[in-house]
Amino acid sequence: MSSATTFPVELRGLSTRFGDTWVHRQIDLAVPAGEVVALVGGSGSGKTTLLRQMVGLLQPAEGEVRLFGEPLSAGSRDAQLARRRRFGMLFQQGALFSALNVFANVAFPLREAGIDDDELVNHLVLLKLAMVELGPEVALRMPAELSGGMVKRVALARALALEPELLLLDEPTAGLDPDRSAGFVRLIRALHRALGLTVVLVTHDLDTLAALATRVAVLSDGRILANGPLDEIMTVQDPFIERFFHSQRSQAALARGRAEA
Amino acid sequence: MAPDARPQPAIRSDGAAVALSGDWTLRLLSPQLADFRKQLDETPDSAGWDLTGVTRLDSFGALLLWRRWGRRRPAQLVLPVELEGIFGRIDALGEVSVPVEPPYRFLDATAHLGRMLIGFGHHLLNFVALVGQLCLDLFYLIRRRGQWPLREMSANFYKVGVKAMPVTALVGFLIGVVMSYLSALQLRAFGADVFIVNILGLGIIRELGPVLVSVLVAGRSGSAMTAQLGVMRVTEEVDALTTMGISRYVRLVLPKVVALALAMPLLTLWGSAVAVFGGMVSANLQLDMSYEFFLNTLPRAVPMANLVIGLGKGVVFGLLIALVACHFGLRVKPNTESLSVNTTASVVTSITVVILVDAVFAIATRNIGLPFR
Repeated sequence: MSSATTFPVELRGLSTRFGDTWVHRQIDLAVPAGEVVALVGGSGSGKTTLLRQMVGLLQPAEGEVRLFGEPLSAGSRDAQLARRRRFGMLFQQGALFSALNVFANVAFPLREAGIDDDELVNHLVLLKLAMVELGPEVALRMPAELSGGMVKRVALARALALEPELLLLDEPTAGLDPDRSAGFVRLIRALHRALGLTVVLVTHDLDTLAALATRVAVLSDGRILANGPLDEIMTVQDPFIERFFHSQRSQAALARGRAEA
Repeated sequence: MAPDARPQPAIRSDGAAVALSGDWTLRLLSPQLADFRKQLDETPDSAGWDLTGVTRLDSFGALLLWRRWGRRRPAQLVLPVELEGIFGRIDALGEVSVPVEPPYRFLDATAHLGRMLIGFGHHLLNFVALVGQLCLDLFYLIRRRGQWPLREMSANFYKVGVKAMPVTALVGFLIGVVMSYLSALQLRAFGADVFIVNILGLGIIRELGPVLVSVLVAGRSGSAMTAQLGVMRVTEEVDALTTMGISRYVRLVLPKVVALALAMPLLTLWGSAVAVFGGMVSANLQLDMSYEFFLNTLPRAVPMANLVIGLGKGVVFGLLIALVACHFGLRVKPNTESLSVNTTASVVTSITVVILVDAVFAIATRNIGLPFR
């Protein structure tokens, strides 16, 4: 099997600089196919920056990002577009197009991909909405008329519209109450199992982490401190990991998340 | 070639049986969708289907097959276990359709018109309430000298006044040149060269200067004010101020209104002066009229009253632009769509209001400051 199918996302020697401060130094990270990898780290450790670099919204100062075995900017314009259609991203605030209703938001990537059969698009959109447990009655609502949890669901449906092999989630449960957050985590886990997706998520919510992630990459002081299954990470001796995972509150959250998983 | 080439989807039909192979995914199907649909449509209705050769199937591919089968499983179907789930989900979705918006009827048009009228009424009411609240706040501030938002006023004055000077000068100068050039051509034909001073002086100082500057300021500063207040609404900053017991009218609206009411007459003066200067330069080049003669004739051709009217217009237009901008800014609802709608409405409304009020001025001051009557 080639490296492309084993590692949908690879970071090689990646360094990031904002002004004079180095946010990341020489980061190497490979995300294995079919895994749910959580990026964790303190505030300002550059988790979201790393995620934005993976999808090409930010350029690293040094090093490169490879998606599906190739750099994002490799090949012709059409080849780049085809590569971009293989992953979907869920933004922290949903980033739904505010001028379009729910239906048009989910249908947008499909129409852009050149699928012009209206009936097929309708059917697909309703299927995607059903996947995120939304009924056809929300289809005509505008994003401004949705609750926070619904916005995330619609945004997830839109990210899934083009049947991506890779899904990137930026703080998927931020801003949701514990009940809805647990529901959203269940939803993502079910979709991961059903569709065989590779998922990269950024979170600082330990419930979400324990319930979703099959692997954890800990980001601290601009480098990857540890990378592996959660149980393995817990045994690493490091002051940051000590504080992050071993406090009483963290232990309780992890236990809750594990019970959920 | 991509390093991870996937098996291409293919369809093999021998009359009674149809066998599929390869990846039936959106990525591989969509480039030749029409082709595959045609091949699917050509399969016999009673055929048995064999999906054992399918290496990967996503919901797009599954839906394509499902629709060919007439939204049910065909009688003869060989389906690998791992593909059961995807058809199960489609089956569970059942017959649903996107709700359609009800058609637009005559009654809706009437209701739309009514809503527009009521909306206009609301705007008027809110505007009056805004002005009233500002007056009340002014009375309050007269008694509390220390609470005047002087820093904000000064900052706003710099933003709407000083920073608008270059663009006002540029536009004013060019308008002056153009007006002078066009009039000079006509006047020379009649040998009435001298009257260029009257035309430029009266036209610019009394009419064109204030209106031109107002249009520029409405587009430049009015829109900025609406957008600023709107963003503060979206990010709940206005609510944060209210929670701290700070009046949004005193701290946000009043400085803008006062600053623009003070800055506009000065900008008008500046803009008109540059426009007249432009006209003077052009007259010198076109008609050989000396600068000295132009400047000596100007006070005689344009009575002082005209300058007062021009500056008075500046004050009133400045007040109106700032009030309209704040009115729309505070109406922004916490979403981006509303922000853009209100910013547009703010600029369009303030320019319209300025021109309407200018017409009122023209009628009200028709007996003042015009020579040769």
